[in-house]
Amino acid sequence: MPSPRYWREIPSRYRLEASRCCGCGKVAYPARKVCPACGADDWKQIQLSRHGRVVTSTVIHVPPDDFLMEAPYAVAVVETSEGARLMVQVVDCEPAEVVPGTEVNLEFRLIRREGHGGILCYGYKGVPAG
Amino acid sequence: MSGIVGYGAFVPRNRIKSEEIARQWGKDPETIRRGLLLEEKSVPGIDEDTITISVAAAQAALERAGIDPKRIGAVYIGSESHPYAVKPSGTILVDVLGIGPEVHVADFEFACKAGTEAMFVAFGLVESGRVEYALGIGADTSQGAPNDALEFSASAGGAAFIFGRKNVLAEVVETYSYTSDTPDFWRREGEFYPRHGGRFTGEPAYFKHVLSASRAILDKTGLKPKDFRFAVFHMPNGKFPLSAGKTLGFSKEQLETGWVVPTMGNTYSGSSPTGLAAILDVADPDDLILITSFGSGAGSDSFVLKATEELPRRRPRAPTVRSMLEGRRRYLTYGEYSKYREKIIVNQ
Amino acid sequence: MREVAIVGAGMTRFGEIWQSSLRDLFVEAATEAMRNASADHLDAMYVGNMSGGQFVGQEHLGPLMADHLGMAGIPAARVESACASGGVALRLAFMEVASGMSDLVLAAGVEKMNDGADVTAVLASAADQEAEAYHGITFPGLYAMIARAHMEAYGTTEEDMAAVSVKNHRHGALNPKAQFRREVTLEEVMNSSLVAAPLRLLHCSPVSDGAAAVLLCPLERAKEFTDRPVKIIGSGLATGSMALADRNEPAFLDSVSLSAGRAYKMAGIKPSDIDVVEVHDCFSIAEICCLEALCLVERGKGGEAARSGLTALGGKVPVNTSGGLKSKGHPVGATGVAQAIEIFEQLRGESGDRQVADASIGLAQNMGGSGASSAVHIFQRV
Repeated sequence: MPSPRYWREIPSRYRLEASRCCGCGKVAYPARKVCPACGADDWKQIQLSRHGRVVTSTVIHVPPDDFLMEAPYAVAVVETSEGARLMVQVVDCEPAEVVPGTEVNLEFRLIRREGHGGILCYGYKGVPAG
Repeated sequence: MSGIVGYGAFVPRNRIKSEEIARQWGKDPETIRRGLLLEEKSVPGIDEDTITISVAAAQAALERAGIDPKRIGAVYIGSESHPYAVKPSGTILVDVLGIGPEVHVADFEFACKAGTEAMFVAFGLVESGRVEYALGIGADTSQGAPNDALEFSASAGGAAFIFGRKNVLAEVVETYSYTSDTPDFWRREGEFYPRHGGRFTGEPAYFKHVLSASRAILDKTGLKPKDFRFAVFHMPNGKFPLSAGKTLGFSKEQLETGWVVPTMGNTYSGSSPTGLAAILDVADPDDLILITSFGSGAGSDSFVLKATEELPRRRPRAPTVRSMLEGRRRYLTYGEYSKYREKIIVNQ
Repeated sequence: MREVAIVGAGMTRFGEIWQSSLRDLFVEAATEAMRNASADHLDAMYVGNMSGGQFVGQEHLGPLMADHLGMAGIPAARVESACASGGVALRLAFMEVASGMSDLVLAAGVEKMNDGADVTAVLASAADQEAEAYHGITFPGLYAMIARAHMEAYGTTEEDMAAVSVKNHRHGALNPKAQFRREVTLEEVMNSSLVAAPLRLLHCSPVSDGAAAVLLCPLERAKEFTDRPVKIIGSGLATGSMALADRNEPAFLDSVSLSAGRAYKMAGIKPSDIDVVEVHDCFSIAEICCLEALCLVERGKGGEAARSGLTALGGKVPVNTSGGLKSKGHPVGATGVAQAIEIFEQLRGESGDRQVADASIGLAQNMGGSGASSAVHIFQRV
C-alpha cells in the first residue's frame, strides 16, 4: 500500500472515526460524503466504541500472499453499539469459535506489512470479549 | 504534587513454557525453572509489536486518567524493539489516541531502561510545568537469540503512565538515576539478535547499578526498606530482582506483587514498569512503592511513589496485570513460536 | 429501440490453458463467433475483462483485441465490472445495436488467470480495498460470510450447498468445453479441504483461462447470419453496496434482485416463464442466493432447490446446465458471455446431452464482486 493512501485512511483505521447522518441517523464507517440511506450530505463525526458483536464470519484457510503467515484466521463483520458495521479479523482465539453473536473487543494491531522493507499498516482487530 | 494520574498495561495472550524451549535445545527444564525462576513467558502475536502494545497500555491508562487526550503535551515510548529503525513509534500512538498534534514526541532506547526513562522525562516535564500531562511508556517485543539463555526470558508486554498534577493516583516522591558505560549487552545496527557478556551482566552491570540507584534514592528520601509496602526491580529473570531486593533488605512479601517475571518473562523496557502497574493494581492509599529499572549499557532509574486515595477509585476502569497474566492464554509449540517470532526463513 | 438478436457464438474450452495467451484466447473465441454467423466484419466490439492488468500486465484490451482480430480501426473498448464484466459487455453491445448506432456488434469476454499472478489477491481487488481487502478477506471469504448469514437466517446447511456443486458437476460432465468434466459426490464435496469456512474447495469455482464471444445484430437482419437467431428480450444491470458490511441483509443480493426486476420488466415476463437458467455460482452459496433474488424460489428456500432436484436437468427449472462456474470454469471476464452462449445454444436446441426439452425462454445472471454488481439477460427463441 503506497504510504499516501495509507495515510489518508488514518482517521478511520487508527481512531475508528465514523460519521452519523444528520438526516436519518445512519452511521457510516468509514465516513462518507453522501448518505447511502437518505442522500443527505450533512454529517456529525463520531468515534466508534471498541466493542461489537459478530454479524457473520468466516475462517480464511487460503489467504492472499500477504497474509500467508497468519492463516488460518477468522474474519467477521462486526456491528458496534453505534450501529456501524466493519469487517475485521478476529484474533487471539480459535478461529472456529468466531460465530454470529460472538462479542468482541476491538484492539489496535498490525494488519499487514508492505513487503520486507515497506511501511507497516495498522488498524483494529476483534478479540473475543471475556 | 505531581505524579501518576493514569496507568495501564498490556500483555499479549500467547505463551510458551520454559520446558518447551528447553526441549527444543536439549536443555534441562528444571535448571531453568529453578535456576532462573522462569515458568513461561508471553509471546507477541504476529500482529503485535511495541506500537500495538503501547497503544493498548496507553488506552487503559487514559481510561483510568479520564482526561481529554488532547491535554497530553508529551509522549515518550521506551523500547529496544521499535518496529521501525527510522520513523517513530510515538507518532502512530498519538494519532491512534487522538493526542496532538500539539505534542512533543520521542522514542527512547536504552536496552531495558528505556521505559523508566520515558517515565522520568514525562514526569520532569509535568513537574516543571512545561506540559499539563505527559505519557511515558515502556514496551517491548524482546529479542533473544535461539538457544541463548535470553530465549527463556525475552517476552512481550508493556505499561503506560500518564503524569499530571491533579487527581494523582500515585505521587512521585523522589527520582534518582545512576549511569555508567558498562558494555554488558548490546545489539549493533542491522543485527537481528542482541549479544551479552554472560555472567558479566550480573555483578558489574545489573547488581552494581540497581543497588547503587536504590541505595541512593533511599538515602535521598531518608526512607528504609521497611517503610515500603512494595518494591520492584528490573526482572531479567526471576532470580536477579529477588537477590537485589534481599541484598537491600526487602522481604519476599514486599517483592512478590511486582515480581511478574515467572509467568510473563522479561518484557525488557516494559519489565519494571509492568511490575509497577501490577503493584498499583493492589496498592492502598499511602502505600510507599520503590521501583528501580536497569538497562544494559548501563544504567538504572529509581522512583519512590506514594499511592493516594484516588488509586482505588480509578483502578477498576481497566484490566489488571494479573488478570492478563492469568486470563485467556494460548500455549505455543516451539514451532509456532518460531513462526510468530519470524525465526523461520520464508520466501518474501 | 430495435429488437436485437444473437446470431453467432464462439468460446474456447475453459481451464488451465497454458499454451494460449490472453490474446490467443480472445481471438479463438471471437473468430469462432464470426465464422459461426458467416460474418466478415464488425461495426463495434466490447471486450469484458476483469483484470488483464493485474493477471498478465495487459490493459487497453479494446484496440489490442481488435488489432489481433484483424479489425484494427473498429470502435472497441474493454468493459470492467469485476466478474460481471462479460455480462456488462453484452449489455453494452445490446444497447448499441438496439439504439440503432451499430448493426454488427461483438460482445466478448476474456480472462487469463493462470499466468503466475497472486489470483487470490487480484480477485480481492474487486472487494472494497479500504474496508475489506485491507483486512485480509478473500472472495471465498466474502461468500463464506454470506453463506454463514444464510445458514443463520434460514437454516441452510453445508449439505444444501454441497448439493449445488454435485448438480453442477453432473451438468458440467456433459459439457465438452467444461474445465471439470467429471461428477463429484456429496461426500467428496463435504470432505474437500476448507478454503474459507464454511466453504470448501468443491464449493468454489476454479481458476480458469478462457474466452467467449457472441455476435449481435438487429433482429430484422438476423436471417442474413443464421436461420436460428435468439432474441434478447430483457437486459437489467444493477449495483449494490460494495462492502458486505454495508448490507443490512448479507444473505440477500440486492443487485441481483434489482437487475432481475429490470430484465423481467423489459421482457414482459414472469420468473415462472423461464425454461432454463444460468446463474453466477462462483460459490455454491451464490447459486442459492441468486435463485432467491431472481424470484425463481422463495426467499430462504434456495438451499433446498438443488437437493430436491428442482434445478437439475429434468427438474422444473434447470439451473446451470453448462456446469455453471463451478464445473465449466470461471475465467472471470468471460463468464457473463459464456452464460449467454449456454442459453443461446439451449434455445437453439444445440445442447446435446444436456438439452432442456423445448426451451423457449432462458435467463443468464452474471455477478460482480460479492454481489455489488449484477447483469441479467433474458433470451427467447425466435
